Amino acid sequence: MAMTDEALARKDANVSDEVAISIENMNKWYGTFHVLRDIDLTVYRGERIVICGPSGSGKSTLIRCINALEEHQKGRIVVDGTLLSSDIKNIDTIRSEVGMVFQHFNLFPHLTILENCTLAPIWVRKIPKKEAEETAMHFLTKVKIPEQANKYPGQLSGGQQQRVAIARSLCMRPRIMLFDEPTSALDPEMIKEVLDTMIELAEEGMTMLCVTHEMGFARQVANRVIFMDDGQIVEQNEPEEFFKNPKSDRTKLFLSQILGH
Amino acid sequence: MSEMHAHSVAFVRETSIPPSPPPAAETGAVKWVRENLFSSVTNSILTLLALLAVYSILSLILPWLLNGIWNTGSRRECLDQLQGQVGGCFSVLTERWHQLIFGRYPIDSYWRPTLAFVLMFVAIAPVLFSALPRKMLIWTGLFPFVAYWLVWGGSILSPLAVLIGFVIGYLVYRKLVDQSFAMGFIGGLIATVLFWWVSGLILGEDPPRVLALTPVESREIGGFMLNMILGVTCVSLSLPLGIALALGRQSKMPIIRIFSVIFIEFIRGVPLITLLFVANVVLAYFLPPNANFDIIVRVMIMITLFAAAYIAEVIRGGLAALPRGQYEAADSLGLDYSQAMRLIILPQALKISIPGIVNVAVGLFKDTTLVSVISMFDLVGIIRGPIVSVTEWQGIYWELYGFAALLFFVCCYGISQYSQWLERQLQTDHR
Amino acid sequence: MTTLTDPPVESFRLSMLLNDTRYRGYTLQFIALILIFLFFGWLISNAIQNLADLGQDISYEFLGEAAGYDINQQPIPYNSQDTHFRASMVGVLNTLIVAFLGCLTATVLGVVAGVLRLSNNWIVSKLMAIYVEAFRNVPVLIWILIIFSIMTVSLPGPRDFRGDDATASMLFDSFAFTNRGVYVPRPIWEAGSWLVVVTFLLSVLAIILYRRYATKLLYDTGRLLPTFWPSLALFFVPTLLMFFILGRPIGLEYPELRGFNFQGGIQVRGSLIALWFALAIYTGAFIAENVRAGIQAISKGQTEAAASLGLRPNRIMSLVILPQALRVIIPPLISQYLNLTKNSSLAIAVGYMDVTGTLGGITLNQTGRAIETVLLLMLFYLLISLSISAVMNLYNNAVKLKER
Repeated sequence: MAMTDEALARKDANVSDEVAISIENMNKWYGTFHVLRDIDLTVYRGERIVICGPSGSGKSTLIRCINALEEHQKGRIVVDGTLLSSDIKNIDTIRSEVGMVFQHFNLFPHLTILENCTLAPIWVRKIPKKEAEETAMHFLTKVKIPEQANKYPGQLSGGQQQRVAIARSLCMRPRIMLFDEPTSALDPEMIKEVLDTMIELAEEGMTMLCVTHEMGFARQVANRVIFMDDGQIVEQNEPEEFFKNPKSDRTKLFLSQILGH
Repeated sequence: MSEMHAHSVAFVRETSIPPSPPPAAETGAVKWVRENLFSSVTNSILTLLALLAVYSILSLILPWLLNGIWNTGSRRECLDQLQGQVGGCFSVLTERWHQLIFGRYPIDSYWRPTLAFVLMFVAIAPVLFSALPRKMLIWTGLFPFVAYWLVWGGSILSPLAVLIGFVIGYLVYRKLVDQSFAMGFIGGLIATVLFWWVSGLILGEDPPRVLALTPVESREIGGFMLNMILGVTCVSLSLPLGIALALGRQSKMPIIRIFSVIFIEFIRGVPLITLLFVANVVLAYFLPPNANFDIIVRVMIMITLFAAAYIAEVIRGGLAALPRGQYEAADSLGLDYSQAMRLIILPQALKISIPGIVNVAVGLFKDTTLVSVISMFDLVGIIRGPIVSVTEWQGIYWELYGFAALLFFVCCYGISQYSQWLERQLQTDHR
Repeated sequence: MTTLTDPPVESFRLSMLLNDTRYRGYTLQFIALILIFLFFGWLISNAIQNLADLGQDISYEFLGEAAGYDINQQPIPYNSQDTHFRASMVGVLNTLIVAFLGCLTATVLGVVAGVLRLSNNWIVSKLMAIYVEAFRNVPVLIWILIIFSIMTVSLPGPRDFRGDDATASMLFDSFAFTNRGVYVPRPIWEAGSWLVVVTFLLSVLAIILYRRYATKLLYDTGRLLPTFWPSLALFFVPTLLMFFILGRPIGLEYPELRGFNFQGGIQVRGSLIALWFALAIYTGAFIAENVRAGIQAISKGQTEAAASLGLRPNRIMSLVILPQALRVIIPPLISQYLNLTKNSSLAIAVGYMDVTGTLGGITLNQTGRAIETVLLLMLFYLLISLSISAVMNLYNNAVKLKER
């Protein structure tokens, strides 16, 4: 998957100097276990960042801290100009600005696809139902499953469900999207359809943070790859450099393990 | 095989084998009997024992049932007619059916509870069968007030005032809920209570007799009707309370959690009888000095609390069965606690809990017979009291208890069969 | 848009009580606490007012006063001059007796019915299904009353056993079923009988040790000793030997018809039997369902896997299915015991003098101390429930540890 100059240029075209997320000196503990240690990270608007690392390295916890699914104990997180504090209004603001896609989709099984997509816009954004449904159909068309709108999640394949989950997040018109291992729970033949959706999103300039092991995806769309281990950011670089010349031994070992076969 | 060469593994089938019927002995009734009844020595013995048991039970019950007398005026006459033969004296049922069903309810008003009973099915139908039009739910909301008016009689203004209070509360809630759920809830509550208070002042003790039915005293209500009223009312009232307790028990706030746990465990730890004692002799001490709460109301309060604790445990199981991802997804979309609960968590948790809730409801319905112990005349109470103690019917037990058992069996078995059907329905749904 | 400056110094504002996740919980709890206090305060002030109006007080002195009523089943010596407290204790023991007997019988019935319901014998499984459904769907109170009627109405009176043309006769000359209760032989313990009992206990111990030894031998050497026949022999032979060597120190006192009633033996009252059987049969139906569900919960795959390893059916049952099924069955079983104990309070309907009949019945009516007696009654049942829950938790924890 060699990068042409053209593609590379396209990749950077959307990145602006505006800061989308800034994390300063963030620390988190589970009880006495130090899961995240001194995390410093600035994400610019339009950036696509892939976070990888061995399991238990804290990468999921990191992005779950960004929309306050997990509480951090030390440090600052500023998302889209809003300081993440214990104020409920701040948390609500951030959550409606930040979309999240989970490993296990977490669609609401008792609601149809369309209802899944319109629920939050109607109740949180207070958008009229009709308008919310139009938006939902727009995004369902975008993820290429408008015909499934009236089915229930259980009737869809894993790949389709994950695309619905992406559409559901997009319906809130988020400015930032977080992906928590979106393809790990999928069968191999379904990974591509989800990745294609994500690539399309990236090309439109969405700010994205992806925890994923799809290195092909990282090469193709990321402007930055972050490697985490033991709750710390060990290395970060542009994908080309990251894969060609990893600096740290831990990165080398990790890459040899996941790319080795 | 003949097409294959000795050492070659390659094989191509050129003609397909048509399906053929199995050997003759493997089908039909003989095979079924052999496989299901006489497959081994132990099995054969079991079959014979079972047949013996069936025979002895039937030989006891059938003559009693078939020789039964249905049209005499007392037990004596039954015995005279039977002349020493085995047979039931079912005349007690034909003669006393009105007491068994309605207690001491005025005979010329039987149409009222009967109508309420029929209307109840219209009210429950849209809840049970989701295929029916949603507009019918309006009737479901109106039903309790109509039923109260029909059964207890009196002016229609009192239940109407209560109903309007609820409607006003709901309207205020709708107005305020956009700001926050708590605001809407509290605002609605205040509006409702305010309206009740005002209308209580206007209507007074003796409201104008608009569309008034002859009032019926609570102690005149009895028989199976009382079991029905207690069962239906208490189960419906205990649902919201049970949901609140289950959420309270799951809450992150220690005081609310501890309170819920103590309440639930206390109620579940004591027998219903002691709670009925409370309703009978203790509760009056804890209510305002001048308030004269009817025994039925006091019993309803205690049975509702009792059922709520059990329903809370069932719903807690449903909540625990939901994957954490559902909570997280709701959070990540920016839904607040009450929205997440109402829209995402509870609909799913309640659906999982339906079989458990139905079990509690059936159990509770059976337990309404316990009120006979505190001398209320429900079906069992009326059998043990007024019917068996009159001279004509002294000494009759089987016919009456058999009838009571049959009534309960039909109701409870019907409900549990429906719940199993619903469970299957929900399992295949959405898949 | 960027806010990379220092965070604003957080000063406490009143609105943070509601909007800040750190304080919000406290605010809500505080409000809840106040509401709870107000509610209970209201209840208690009502009670004080009502008690004052009636000129009553709360006092437990009545427990020390003479009860003045008789109890027809006395596991400990009691007469009407004893205190209310002692009467309550008699009631407590009667509750425990019927609960124990009921649980034991219900377990046997339930396990048998549950297993038979899964039998591939069509008629047996249908019969068990009818049993389960018939008893689960009819109030236990009705069953108690029905069985009580059988005991009091349908059984012959003692005088029917009299004379040469007696219409009723004793079973094996030792059991008499009458409408005044069932008379069964009473064991008489003579000198030396303790030796027989000790021998019996030792032989039970020996069976357990022998089985352990057999398992160990299998693990160590691969030799499989027979266990069934030796266990059976150990169970009977030493005890019987001791019994005869010592010259039959344990005898039986048979009930006898003297005058208008039976004398001797143990009289088991109809009310106890009605309560016991009704509770056992009713709860047994529920236990049968639990047992069936427990066995069905073990997937067919487990049986197939064990069979494919070459285990024989009885070993599959004892080594693979039962250990897993028990884990599923025992928790609901224990809660059924709890239900049975609570349902035993229905004794009051048939005049069996359990704690609800003594403390919550006659004592309450005689002393008029409603709040105190009902409170004590509730505390007693609560204590039992909590102990049973504690046992259940212990079991659950033990099982959880084994899973790892």
